[in-house]
Amino acid sequence: MLFFFPISVKVKTKGMGKIDRMFDSYANSSLGMIDPDGIEALCSDLGVDYTDVRILMLAWKLKAEKQGYFTQDEWRTGLKSLGVDSLSKLKKSLPELENEVGKPSNYEDFYSYAFRYCLTEEKQKSVDIESICELLNLVLGDQFRPQVDLLIEYLKVQSDYKVINLDQWINFLRFCKEISFSDLENYDATQAWPLILDNFVEWMREKHS
Amino acid sequence: MERKTIELDQGWDYMQKGITKLKRILEGLPEPPFSSEEYMMLYTTIYNMCTQKPPHDYSQQLYDKYREAFEEYITSTVLPSLREKHDEFMLRELVKRWENHKVMVRWLSRFFHYLDRYFIARRSLPALNEVGLTCFRDLVYQEVHAKVRDAVIALIDKEREGEQIDRALLKNVLDIFVEIGMGQMDHYEADFEEDMLQDTGAYYSRKASSWIEEDSCPDYMLKAKCLKKERDRVSHYLHSSSEMKLSEKVQHELLVACANRLLEKEHSGCRALLRDDKVEDLSRMYRLYCKIPRGLDPVANIFKQHITAEGTALVQQAEDAASNQASNAPGVQEQVLIRKIIELHDKYMAYVTDCFQNHTLFHKALKEAFEVFCNKTVTGSSSADLLATFCDNILKKGGSEKLSDEAIEETLEKVVKLLAYISDKDLFAEFYRKKLARRLLFDRSANDDHERSILTKLKQQCGGQFTSKMEGMVTDLTLARENQASFEDYLRNNSTAQPGIDLTVTVLTTGFWPSYKSFDLNLPAEMVKCVEFFKGFYETKTKHRRLTWIYSLGTCHVNGKFEQKTIELIVSTYQAAVLLLFNTSNRLSYSEIMAQLNLTHDDLVRLLHSLSCAKYKILSKEPNTKIISQSDYFEFNSKFTDKLRRIKIPLPPVDERKKVVEDVDKDRRYAIDAAIVRIMKSRKVLGHQQLVSECVEQLSRMFKPDIKAIKKRMEDLITRDYLERDEENPNMFRYLA
Repeated sequence: MLFFFPISVKVKTKGMGKIDRMFDSYANSSLGMIDPDGIEALCSDLGVDYTDVRILMLAWKLKAEKQGYFTQDEWRTGLKSLGVDSLSKLKKSLPELENEVGKPSNYEDFYSYAFRYCLTEEKQKSVDIESICELLNLVLGDQFRPQVDLLIEYLKVQSDYKVINLDQWINFLRFCKEISFSDLENYDATQAWPLILDNFVEWMREKHS
Repeated sequence: MERKTIELDQGWDYMQKGITKLKRILEGLPEPPFSSEEYMMLYTTIYNMCTQKPPHDYSQQLYDKYREAFEEYITSTVLPSLREKHDEFMLRELVKRWENHKVMVRWLSRFFHYLDRYFIARRSLPALNEVGLTCFRDLVYQEVHAKVRDAVIALIDKEREGEQIDRALLKNVLDIFVEIGMGQMDHYEADFEEDMLQDTGAYYSRKASSWIEEDSCPDYMLKAKCLKKERDRVSHYLHSSSEMKLSEKVQHELLVACANRLLEKEHSGCRALLRDDKVEDLSRMYRLYCKIPRGLDPVANIFKQHITAEGTALVQQAEDAASNQASNAPGVQEQVLIRKIIELHDKYMAYVTDCFQNHTLFHKALKEAFEVFCNKTVTGSSSADLLATFCDNILKKGGSEKLSDEAIEETLEKVVKLLAYISDKDLFAEFYRKKLARRLLFDRSANDDHERSILTKLKQQCGGQFTSKMEGMVTDLTLARENQASFEDYLRNNSTAQPGIDLTVTVLTTGFWPSYKSFDLNLPAEMVKCVEFFKGFYETKTKHRRLTWIYSLGTCHVNGKFEQKTIELIVSTYQAAVLLLFNTSNRLSYSEIMAQLNLTHDDLVRLLHSLSCAKYKILSKEPNTKIISQSDYFEFNSKFTDKLRRIKIPLPPVDERKKVVEDVDKDRRYAIDAAIVRIMKSRKVLGHQQLVSECVEQLSRMFKPDIKAIKKRMEDLITRDYLERDEENPNMFRYLA
């Protein structure tokens, strides 16, 4: 007499099939991962430019470690958490993804993820100015257009810093959120703002005087 | 024996006779004094009436009648007599009546004493003495005290104006105010003192206003001596408790309320007194204001402003003189400036110790003033540089200052004191070290004792770390001399191989000396031999050290065999290297020399200029212009001659200033790093502003760190994972072990 019998069988590959097939269609078979070409193809299928911020959001959702690449695990976990298993569903989920990212509890995480995503070399701690400017535009451009434009202008003309580190990056967001623009009335250089922002504020004040 | 009961009326009649007698005595009417029998009788009458059995126990009634006796007397006699008199006469009358009253109370309370013993305690009533005094208070005092007060104040004012008054009378009157309080000062204070103080205030306020208009500051201060007179008033008639309040009031009106107007008086105020060196007046000013809380603040402030202005003017003077008179040798004005600043310091320090009695407020004012102008740049040089140059001039041979040993010691002492005001002390240390190196290496130090003495003074003022390298340098030279002696022994013992040239080598410990560039100069063969030789010797002493040759510091004596006569030339090693090339070639181009010696263009231009375009033309240049160009040609100038047999061909020194500043900036970066790490290691978590201020404090002994520089170092430390920003609070930092 069988007293124990399986109540449910966890079919591990249930639903994974479609996700895996999707993966394979974009993956580079020799690498076993989706590479930049694959991502570009995915973008075009999604009808999204590959420099669009939503791809970055997707990478965040997938918790992708390496810029330009998605591993199978990342793909699986990511698409599962999005609750999608087809291209059309993925496309439809993008607006919801944007909302999710926009939530205050997620946004800061996404923001620092964006920086770390740019650290391509091992032991790399900083990102070059050019890339930072692009990233600022991509990530903060919509929400803080005036600040971002001026900040990018400043970053390009200053010569004190050739690279930006994570601490400085994080403070760019804090600056946009906390400091009234463009009068900068409540900016206090005696507080712990990074020096680059002190210099930026000085530059702005000179510009306007 | 049965005592006979005394009826109230009967008993009181008897007492009344006694009271009447007493009154007559008080009025000064002829009346014999009480005999002891009479006294006994009066006392016993009361006693009996109180100890009789009820209803003949008349204690209550007697108690009331006791009081009524006073009331009657006061109403019928005392008050009328007072009412008809005024002013001083009234005061005298009051004193007399008060004395009388006290006597009356004394006597009557003796007669009625038995009441005090049992009755009042049983009924918790005021004692007889108190009842008596209260009568006077309620009937007399209450009515007259305002008039009395006004009369007293009027007299005080009279005395203030210089008239004589009866001080004893005032004392007696005021004693009434005190005594009427029966242990408390409230009557004195409320009914007299308050108004007196107010009147005093008004009086002195008026005086101050008029004096301030008419008198100069010193004269006003002399008049303010009346403060002392006011205090004396207390000892003569006011109650001692009034002393402080009175002083304060007068001081306030005379000195505090018009402090600004007084001190800022244009031609005689504090500033003018300082300008005209009125030491006595300033001392008086100090004495007047030092007892007033915060009274000295404005004086110290003016003192500070005055010194700052004078110092800044001196700096400006030097700046102007240096730029106008181009004919002045460079550095003369700066030299004069330091001298003048020292004199200024001496002058005003004397003020602090004498006029201002060493008060910390004035020490502070002096310090802050000097810190302002001692950190100004003059003719492009920082004050640290100027001070180091000044020391160099005193300590070097043939320096511009020709002073006796004592004078030198004294000057060095004062210079070190000035260093305390300079914020970039580390910059001074570096400049000083560079100049010390020159003095030591080129044997230009005038006196070893002075060199050591200033190092001792610097050590005392700034700590051992400040002078450790410099002391190392001085010691190095002593060791180098010993080393040279053993090198010469080595040469004597090694008669086989000789360098062929007289060689003196000074071995220095790298860490102590400023950093020098060492080029790969292509040495002439003769010198190469020397170097190898010394290397050989040095290796016999130690194999663990590496020698780096600094040719830029060397000196050579070269014989120039000119047509007319041979002249000994004292040149630098680099110059010698250039000259020796002409032993093998007659004529060389710039590029050829460059290739042979492997020097930079800057250095070569300087060298060739010193040998061909300066005072002594050892080489002739083609074309014969004053500037070295890369297409020039050079030849040995056999026609050269001079009346001397030995000449020194100086090489103008490179401006080290930029390098010194760079070196110091680098050291500062390390120092800031170390300070931040030290602080964070001990605090673990700290707010940004606190970290910055602690950092500044720790480093202040050596320099004033730039806040931006501190921020930059913090960023660097964050990148290097020494610190991190707190997640919750972006203004807090955390130490990462």
